[in-house]
Amino acid sequence: MKLKLTTLALGAVMAAGPVMADLVFPSLSYRTGPYAAGGIPFADGYADYFTLVNERDGGIGGVKAKLIECETGYNTEKGVECYESTKGQGALVYQPLSTGITYQLIPKTAADGIPLHTMGYGRTSAANGKVFGNVFNYPANYWDGASGIINYLLDENGGDLKGKKIALVYHNSAYGKEPIRTLEELSAKHGFELTALPVDHPGQEQKSQWLQIRRERPDFVMMWGWGVMNQVAIQEAANIRFPMENFIGVWWSGAEHDVMSAGAKADGYKAVTFHNVGRDFPVFDDMQKYVVDAGKAAGAGDQIGNVLYNRGMYAAMLAVEAAKTAQEMHGTADITPAMMRDGMEALEMPEARMASLGMPYFGPSFNVSCENHGGPGLVGVTQWDADSKTWSLIADFQKTDGDVIKPLIEADSASYASENNIEPRCK
Amino acid sequence: MFYREAGDFKVSYEEDSQTFPIKFDRYRYYFVLAFAFLVIPFTINDYWANAILLPFLIYSIAAIGLNILVGYAGQVSLGTGGFMAVGAYACYKLMTAFPEVSMFVHVLLAGGVTALVCVLFGLPSLRIKGFYLAVATLAAQFFLVWLFNRVPWFYNYSASGQINAPERDVLGIVITGPNAPAWATYLFCLIFLTICALVARNLTRGTVGRSWMAIRDMDIAAEIIGVNPLKAKLTAFAVSGFFIGVSGALFFAIYLGAVEVGEAFGITKSFLVLFMVIIGGLGSIFGSFAGAAFLVLLPVVLKVVGVDVLGWPTDIVAHFQLVIVGALIVLFLIVEPHGLAQLWRVAKEKLRLWPFPH
Repeated sequence: MKLKLTTLALGAVMAAGPVMADLVFPSLSYRTGPYAAGGIPFADGYADYFTLVNERDGGIGGVKAKLIECETGYNTEKGVECYESTKGQGALVYQPLSTGITYQLIPKTAADGIPLHTMGYGRTSAANGKVFGNVFNYPANYWDGASGIINYLLDENGGDLKGKKIALVYHNSAYGKEPIRTLEELSAKHGFELTALPVDHPGQEQKSQWLQIRRERPDFVMMWGWGVMNQVAIQEAANIRFPMENFIGVWWSGAEHDVMSAGAKADGYKAVTFHNVGRDFPVFDDMQKYVVDAGKAAGAGDQIGNVLYNRGMYAAMLAVEAAKTAQEMHGTADITPAMMRDGMEALEMPEARMASLGMPYFGPSFNVSCENHGGPGLVGVTQWDADSKTWSLIADFQKTDGDVIKPLIEADSASYASENNIEPRCK
Repeated sequence: MFYREAGDFKVSYEEDSQTFPIKFDRYRYYFVLAFAFLVIPFTINDYWANAILLPFLIYSIAAIGLNILVGYAGQVSLGTGGFMAVGAYACYKLMTAFPEVSMFVHVLLAGGVTALVCVLFGLPSLRIKGFYLAVATLAAQFFLVWLFNRVPWFYNYSASGQINAPERDVLGIVITGPNAPAWATYLFCLIFLTICALVARNLTRGTVGRSWMAIRDMDIAAEIIGVNPLKAKLTAFAVSGFFIGVSGALFFAIYLGAVEVGEAFGITKSFLVLFMVIIGGLGSIFGSFAGAAFLVLLPVVLKVVGVDVLGWPTDIVAHFQLVIVGALIVLFLIVEPHGLAQLWRVAKEKLRLWPFPH
């Protein structure tokens, strides 16, 4: 009782003192439902990095970061509820990790003046900062992913894909449909034949799609899957003995849990990526020391170093660096969402900065500008080794086909601008 | 003590057959209406509107619509999600094709379109009954979702296949899109709900409603006493479809603003609305409200208690939610198979006699 009173008194004193408000980072996570396998490692990585920054550096510019987690279950209605319940608490940036929820939040965040960072997902044309002032999707977007896959296949085939058959197995939702437009352009440009095979939510039933693949024998199969769909697809590919090295997924279809269930048969499966894999980085030593050993790891603490954990951590790192940039720009540690937006727009991520954070070569080096909210779109390729149970980077971060992507981004963002009467910024 | 007829004299048939014949009940009803129309719009904020009140109002309309079909006319339907999608897509096409027309008109027209589609899928009900009809409406659910995913015309050829509600107004007040004030969206939905509930109440106690109930209770007997099953069943499908279409249009345009058909209007939506009707009470307008409130509010309450008050991890709370909601559904159905509406009726009877039950 006495202890309780003391803590209460202490709490009262601390509350009464001139403490600065925390920097609030909401995490719209999903640890339940058919997409939880991907949602958990990302949410853990996102949360752990903020814990690390608080424990090691004492916060961002001296102000503690506060993470508010809200469970969406990948469901848009719950996503709206989460957004409304967290936005009043000073949320600086939203990262919903769901293309469906992103589409909800793009107009809402614009009205509320809160930045939205959809790293490698969401609406691709948000890369055009002239139209989407508060939405960012650096360092790469879906169309970079599609072009990255095709570029990799071009490299593999001596620069010629003429007459090749490429199938796309995709989640039948806004997310999965997103790359089709780019792939159609690319197929016209490079002369390959594209077959699109939709898989309905949640993706456990793919027999007919893979039967069609078996019948048509495409040279390569691409996948735009998420959640339970990935595991099923890789298992089905193994069942029809499709050569795994010709099966290549987007970055949301290339994590440990996707390939584990197919066992040795998944060996050689590939996926594109926009950040590095593995736990061979100095930052993981700090993570072990300040977070894991201190018992402060999020979730079960068993995801560290996984592909999606790294991605969550990378997302948090970019948010922290953007917040630091904002603090420098505005000369105050206590930043608002509007300042955060400026910080994100002025974010510079050269190699040296990543190295100083203990994450050398963790992602491509890039700069964000007012016009370009999408970064350079550098895409690498990873491959799964079933024996050592590791992903490794087999192709470096390379440029994607801007000639195809840029006009598509311009066209799509222009139609959004005209629908919503948006005046282009960045004069 | 409460709900007593004593001293409440009726001198005309109109007074005798009104919806709330007991004075206490009637005043409570006026009070609720006044509170909803005159108090809440002035105190509402974004969170209350978007997280609690809008889904409650919209699901209530859907539940009333389904209740007419299942509870009053006895035609089991699992196509609610698909029919809501028809309302949403009709509203979207109308909104984008005729931007200058008021949203009121669009929502009503969307309801009309859904009514037509619903009648079309209701035609088999003349031949098939019970579980078999449920399967036929299930086909409607899957067909409609497939259709809206498959035919790009419905989503105006957008790259993502999503539909987004552009900014539209009613009498100069912005009602859709992110800049719509919370009170306006709330009032817009509330007006629709009030009208729908009044229409439903008056339909169900008139000739049409009686013919529905006759068909529900025993269709052969109803046919023998002169109820036309074609007319009764198809009007039930039409009216139900209209309400569900209105709710689908509001769900898309006012509440979510952007919709992906497979996710927002999937089979789970059909079951959710059916659960609302069953838990609330089949064949009761009040039950539709109670069921919608139960299934919209309970998850939010559990989340607030679990995460914000107790500080539990979000995934544990989300799992508990499923367990608790499931257990409560089973418990309710065991304790009171006729739903929350029957509980309310029993409570009123008890209150009438209280504190002298003999």
